[in-house]
Amino acid sequence: MTTISRRTVLQGMGVSALATALSGLPVLAQDRTAIRIGYAISKTGPNAAGAGISTTPNYLLWVDDVNKAGGITLSKLGVTLPIEVTEYDDRSTAEETVRAIERLATQDNVDLILPTWGTGANLASGPTFDRFGYPQLAGTAVTDMAPDLVKRWKHSFWMLGGGHDYAEALVALLVKQRDAGTINNKVAIASVADGFGIDLSKAATPAFTEAGFELVYDKTYPLGTSDFAPVISEVAGLGVDTFVAFSYPPDTFALTQQSVVANFSPKVFYLGVGTAFPIYPGIAGPNHNGVMGIGGIDPDSEALAAYFERHTALNGQAPDNWASAVTYASLEILAQAIERVGDIDREAISAEISSGEFDTIIGKVKLVDNQLRSLWTVGQWQDGKFVGLAHTERAGAREPVVPKPAWVPAA
Amino acid sequence: MLFSAILTGLVLGGTYALVAMGLTLQYGVARIMNLAYGDIIIAASFGAFVLFTALGINPLLGMLIVIPAGFALSWLIYAVMLQPLARRSRDRGRLEGDSILATFGLLFVIQGVALVIFGSGFMSYSYLAVPVDILGTTIAANRLLAFGLAITFGLGLWLVLTRTRFGTVIRAVAANPASAPLVGIDVDSVARFAFAIGGALAAAGGVVVSMYLTFSATMGVIFTMKALIVVIMGGVGNLMGALAAGLILGLVETLVASFIDPGLTLAATYLIFLAVLVVRPQGLFGKAAR
Repeated sequence: MTTISRRTVLQGMGVSALATALSGLPVLAQDRTAIRIGYAISKTGPNAAGAGISTTPNYLLWVDDVNKAGGITLSKLGVTLPIEVTEYDDRSTAEETVRAIERLATQDNVDLILPTWGTGANLASGPTFDRFGYPQLAGTAVTDMAPDLVKRWKHSFWMLGGGHDYAEALVALLVKQRDAGTINNKVAIASVADGFGIDLSKAATPAFTEAGFELVYDKTYPLGTSDFAPVISEVAGLGVDTFVAFSYPPDTFALTQQSVVANFSPKVFYLGVGTAFPIYPGIAGPNHNGVMGIGGIDPDSEALAAYFERHTALNGQAPDNWASAVTYASLEILAQAIERVGDIDREAISAEISSGEFDTIIGKVKLVDNQLRSLWTVGQWQDGKFVGLAHTERAGAREPVVPKPAWVPAA
Repeated sequence: MLFSAILTGLVLGGTYALVAMGLTLQYGVARIMNLAYGDIIIAASFGAFVLFTALGINPLLGMLIVIPAGFALSWLIYAVMLQPLARRSRDRGRLEGDSILATFGLLFVIQGVALVIFGSGFMSYSYLAVPVDILGTTIAANRLLAFGLAITFGLGLWLVLTRTRFGTVIRAVAANPASAPLVGIDVDSVARFAFAIGGALAAAGGVVVSMYLTFSATMGVIFTMKALIVVIMGGVGNLMGALAAGLILGLVETLVASFIDPGLTLAATYLIFLAVLVVRPQGLFGKAAR
């Protein structure tokens, strides 16, 4: 146990008082050599894999793109400045994220802070962003609470929709297939007993029932499950045409491989996070074709194709087909908002993000109540691309292929 | 249905046993509570992945490279890092505490190196993912292989430990490291050897697991936790115990998932674990059988 002496406390108070006083000093234009952006991201721990696919590469790409183009113009100060980055590892814990954001805001005095990866961590860091008045552009948080959150935290922006968006879009798509007679009425759902799986299945179960589907299997499995043989063998015997798993990446891959081994090949095979990852075709081999999942992209967009190319060139890996483009678009929104305001005035930047219309790689977007409502909800692997089948605002990019091709057994 | 569930369960249990056997040697004989154990497994998985995807060496042949590498690396880790700790502390409690702290640091070193080389993304390849039909139950060949290796290593090492002179020496060190020198046993070198064998087993587990599980640089702790449960349940330092405990866990998980609810597998695992701890705190095959 450590004892904290009065002297230590007084010293600490002195230091923090000084820090507060210093942080209050205005940064003069001539002192400014860069726009300082800070972020804490999971580089180690269980979230590192997700952050390393959807978030960090996009931060790197955006900084590279902006700096190559000369920087961001602050018209009120009459300068164009490059971005300078301060990065911390939050070690996949929410407390560490919050601590790092506090540090970025009070010690490093960065101009803007980018959020960490994941729904939970973004919810946890919301109050901190709010307290220091930094805009929070949550590009990888899926939450149905977003409409309430934006009232509580005025500077928060939620870019990836909520569980209902994805679940209802999937059900609507399947209703069409059923009414056309391509699939039967039976659906099996397996979902991971963790944030994402719970949210999605909570939204999907009533939606399926209301649409008149018969849910013959609706169970959860614990986080970290690696063997799905019992689930697959039970579901295989139930005569379903539609298998839905609200799964995390390792489960998504395991479910695919084990379904192939068990030769369980339903007409609609829908999986959760990970289906949209660029490595999915590598893992599933020829069997990725026809698999549906959460997310999707517009395969006809030139801006997006160029983004894919730049991303791959810089990071050595393609972006994922769901949150990556949204994350990058949120950064484009941020840069455009700064330029329109013409100064690092966080209050004005937040107001501009909230009300302006922006030109991004996912098209022209305007936030609705601080939320991005222009989202791909259901995707399917077709000819090597994870194409969007359903979108919240416009028609799908492609028609779904149902039934999906039968599994090709491994050689 | 029941038969199929039992078979699937045994095969899953084989993976658990395979992954845990190395830890039981390291903990039981070398008295090192190796928190970096799972990261050695992941390192071996990366090794197999690189050999397979970059050099086209199939993982079974790859084992011939990765297992000796696991042995050598663990030997080195013990000699450089853990031997001073073991020499310094002659009582078990002290060494346990020290080794936990030291290997906790090692965990981050291995993880950090893997992150720098491979990044944080998910890695996966598929090998022997072909269905094998056993009396009407379809099982993936690679999982069957894990089961076979677990049984082979488990029985083989158990025979070595109980039937050979060298095995007796190892057991002497495990039973009483303070008195073993009195009969002319070099405790340092035996412990180092046992630790290295544990590392080799971890490497074998890592290679097999990489054939069917998606892994990433930061996933080691999952394997450490699972292995720890199996080791404690089976009785520290007892290979047959690890084998039995692994198979029991696999069976229980699969039976619960098939007949009750897949959501309760984790609960069932810990319930069994708790029951064993209450009834037999020394583990299923605790001291008496050693």
